[in-house]
Amino acid sequence: MIAVVRLLARLAALMASGLAILSVVSLVALAAVPAHASAEPSDQRQAELRNLLIQDCGSCHGLTLAGGLGPPLRPQDLTGKPPEYLAATILYGRPGTAMPPWRPFLSDSEAAWLASLLKQSRP
Amino acid sequence: MKPIPYRLLLIAAALFLPAAAAERGTGDLGIVVERAAGTLQVIETSTNSALGRIEGLGDLSHASAVFSRDGRYAFVFGRDGGLSKVDLLETRLVKRAQQAGNSIGGAISQDGRLVAVANYEPGGVRIFDSETLEPVGDIPARYGTEGKTSKVVGLVDAPGNRFVFSLWDAGEIWIADLSDRSRIQVSKLANVGANPYDALITSDGRYYIAGLFGEDGLALLDLWHPEAGVRRILPDYGRGEEKLPVYKMPHLEGWAVAGRRAFVPAVGRNEVLVIDMEGWREVGRIPVKGQPVFVMARPDARQVWVSFAFPNNQHIQVFDTETLAQVHAFEPGPAVLHMEFEPRGEEIWVSVRDADRVDVYDTASFERKASLPANKPSGIFLTARGHRIGL
Repeated sequence: MIAVVRLLARLAALMASGLAILSVVSLVALAAVPAHASAEPSDQRQAELRNLLIQDCGSCHGLTLAGGLGPPLRPQDLTGKPPEYLAATILYGRPGTAMPPWRPFLSDSEAAWLASLLKQSRP
Repeated sequence: MKPIPYRLLLIAAALFLPAAAAERGTGDLGIVVERAAGTLQVIETSTNSALGRIEGLGDLSHASAVFSRDGRYAFVFGRDGGLSKVDLLETRLVKRAQQAGNSIGGAISQDGRLVAVANYEPGGVRIFDSETLEPVGDIPARYGTEGKTSKVVGLVDAPGNRFVFSLWDAGEIWIADLSDRSRIQVSKLANVGANPYDALITSDGRYYIAGLFGEDGLALLDLWHPEAGVRRILPDYGRGEEKLPVYKMPHLEGWAVAGRRAFVPAVGRNEVLVIDMEGWREVGRIPVKGQPVFVMARPDARQVWVSFAFPNNQHIQVFDTETLAQVHAFEPGPAVLHMEFEPRGEEIWVSVRDADRVDVYDTASFERKASLPANKPSGIFLTARGHRIGL
């Protein structure tokens, strides 16, 4: 299962056309994020996740998510990238790039929560 | 009215002199970056205390600093492209230039008159007068035939008023010669390896070594013989093995060198690589607790201290450089980000980000000697860097 997802993610990374990326990504997202995974993290966990996002994601993407070695992740940078795509990228990384998979540290619902946070506003 | 006695006048005058301008040297000063708040704390290492805070430096994620040779001024490179000059004696921001959109670090020239900044956006290096922060030169990191620009990393100063840096996207190393600032000369070395992520220059200014993220090995440039090109060393330290994910890019700095050996983080594996600098061969590997981020030799070269990437960033391990045996391991607290030895190495400063603390440890007894509150501290930089090539 994970191997399939990895393969799809690799394909997604290689595809040049936005439409192709979207369709492949939605497959990945469907596979990766089960429908029941929408429960919000607890308040304490949300605080931990915000710290992780600012401090650890921020190592590469910048503390304000304006980009660094990794691309910028502000809402205006993420138009056209559905939350499911972002959640899958968080969980499985981007093979062939420096983006690692955060799957060992995050549940599906936590990744989905982070993705929606990225889409909404600055953390 | 009675005349005021002369002695009383003197005392009154002394009382009104600004305390910060009191006569003191700068050799024991330093700064601690509080990266989320955009502030610096000025510290001193004689009694391990904080002297004050400087505010308004912008986004200091991944901020680093270099020092003027008199140790009075620090040039701070912020992620947001801001270049700030601060006065450590007066604890104040002197000048700030918004020189790019996104930057990663910088260097000060051999003669101390130029400050260079490595930029991600726009990719390249910009050079400023260290006195005025007025622009002196701009070196866009254009590569290939399609006019692309690369993010620049691993910028260091080298003898001959040169700056050396690496192009992350292009896999190139460039040497900029600033011996005549009105005629900047750039030599380019291509195909050095995939995604150089950072670099160091040895403290004699001779060897520039770039770590590679995109493949195994390191790129070595002998600055005495740049015409000989870049040579790949340790090309297959991870041959055939699946790399582990890297949750924070490792760093390289001049003090990875201990005597004739260099100690560098392996990328994507939980090891420190030991390189014999006579033959540039791998002579050992030290298994460690996680992906190493900083591997730093104590100034006497007897120990190396290793810190780690998430999720093992609560650890520090210390190894003997002769036997490669671990001599100490401890957990200073959550999210250890940076370490800085005092100039003669008897103490080390450690930033513990998620505990909002900077700790000072004795490097012989490993006892904690001091602990200072700091707001999400990251880099710690001492003025002694101002007298070292490549720092």
